[in-house]
Amino acid sequence: MSFQTFTFYAFATILVFAALRVITTRNPVHAALWLVLSFFTAAGIWLLLQAEFLAIALVLVYVGAVMVLFLFVVMMLDVNFGSMRQHFRSYLPAAAAVGILVFFEMALVILGSAVGPVAGAPAAPAGSNTQALGVLLYVDYVYPFEIAAVVLLVAIVAAIALTHRKRREMKHQDASAQIRARASERVRLVRMPSEKPPV
Amino acid sequence: MSMTELLAPLQSAMGAWWLPVWTIVKVVVIAVPLIIAVAYLTYAERKVIGWMQVRIGPNRVGPLGLLQPFADTLKMLFKEIVVPSGASRALFFVAPILSLAPALAAWAVIPFTGTLVLSNINAGLLYLLAMSSLGIYGVIIAGWASNSKYAFLGCLRSAAQIVSYEIAMGFALVGVLMAANSLNLSDIVAGQEGGAAHWYVWPLFPLFVVYLVSGIAETNRHPFDVAEGESEIVAGFHVEYSGIMFALFFLAEYMNMILIAALTSTMFLGGWLSPFPILNEVDVFGVHPFGDGMLWLAVKWALVLLIFLWIRATFPRYRYDQIMRLGWKVFIPVTLVWIVFIGAMMQTRYAGLFH
Repeated sequence: MSFQTFTFYAFATILVFAALRVITTRNPVHAALWLVLSFFTAAGIWLLLQAEFLAIALVLVYVGAVMVLFLFVVMMLDVNFGSMRQHFRSYLPAAAAVGILVFFEMALVILGSAVGPVAGAPAAPAGSNTQALGVLLYVDYVYPFEIAAVVLLVAIVAAIALTHRKRREMKHQDASAQIRARASERVRLVRMPSEKPPV
Repeated sequence: MSMTELLAPLQSAMGAWWLPVWTIVKVVVIAVPLIIAVAYLTYAERKVIGWMQVRIGPNRVGPLGLLQPFADTLKMLFKEIVVPSGASRALFFVAPILSLAPALAAWAVIPFTGTLVLSNINAGLLYLLAMSSLGIYGVIIAGWASNSKYAFLGCLRSAAQIVSYEIAMGFALVGVLMAANSLNLSDIVAGQEGGAAHWYVWPLFPLFVVYLVSGIAETNRHPFDVAEGESEIVAGFHVEYSGIMFALFFLAEYMNMILIAALTSTMFLGGWLSPFPILNEVDVFGVHPFGDGMLWLAVKWALVLLIFLWIRATFPRYRYDQIMRLGWKVFIPVTLVWIVFIGAMMQTRYAGLFH
């Protein structure tokens, strides 16, 4: 067994275990952390495929940013497990149907391509993977990519505009006014006769 | 007889396992001096701040107090580890490891000289960004697993701060990769060849300042150390940690400081290149002691680290809302404007100045 095969099986085992723990653990914070572990391991498997840009982007975006915010929210919520599990049984038929459907679809894909590398898949581009991706995104498909970016930006602005409201009772500090303040405006020096000495 | 020839029999004996074993040897060769450097950085910090405040600093253990870091470590090792009641036990023990591991892992791609680097990967800059964004997990988990209000407040503050400053840091690095046309750290240094005037610190000066200050904020150092503000929330996220587990957090913080210093010198200050190319000609008994090499790298690290200590001894702690304002409303706009500016300048006949 080569070291690469060993690495793949090690990562795969950890990934499957972590993914199972995400849905079986009782504590939501633990579940989020297991999800972090499964993202990280998936990135390791992508690295074995020499997709270094995608792997690092997965760690950077999902592990480094998205999951941090997830954890942030989950940690501050006071989740009541009793009420959460109440409807578990009533959701079971729908969830089982979706799960079986997903299982069959994936089985079709995997059996259709047989196990092992897909025949006719293009070889990894020579040189830097990142550069090849950059050419694809910013030269070949620059307009679709930019339009997608603008759509995302509009979504962000819309989300903020919908939820943001001016809170009148809040007291704000104007930083530039604070910096512009001079001692002469704030302190008034008064000249006055000293008190009479005690008799 | 070269090193490779010497190791050839060993290599053939181990077969497929040679690569992992040899990599681990290299990792140890990098990590052990680094940990010693951390020990002496704590010593240097106490000495330098002592001199700045007209004190002597540690001078009791060993000559000039040089054994002080080892005395501290021994003391930490023998202290009891107290696990708070109601703490999430497993996570409580994992947190210090999670904060130290990314700090160490990032060193894999740092080039020490043109040929001396553990992993010369093409996406080195991206890898560094990814690793530095992972350090936050140690802080968050420590704060949550401690089951303490102070620790939790500290971890929330720190998480918000690190997430905010990472954006400014990432944009500063975008400027570097535009100038260097590469994500590979060795190529970035090679692009600054030709003396101090060719270093990226000049065309990218605003980004350099943003990067350095964000680096201080990212490592939770003074004056941005609200995550452990002693006067407000005792010691922040590691308030419940004692003994060697506290020492691990300490180690991670100083390791990150050295990492930021290494990155600043690699990306803006010409890495291992000497500031005056003429020094490459100086010949002492057949070697070039003042030419490009580790010596200059060490000098640059030491200078950046001195700036860290200097800032710590000089400025009072920022208020929390001021930190957020600086990150979001000052640094991010500055980096965005400068990226557009250098992008535009690269299309003019002054493009040579920005490469």
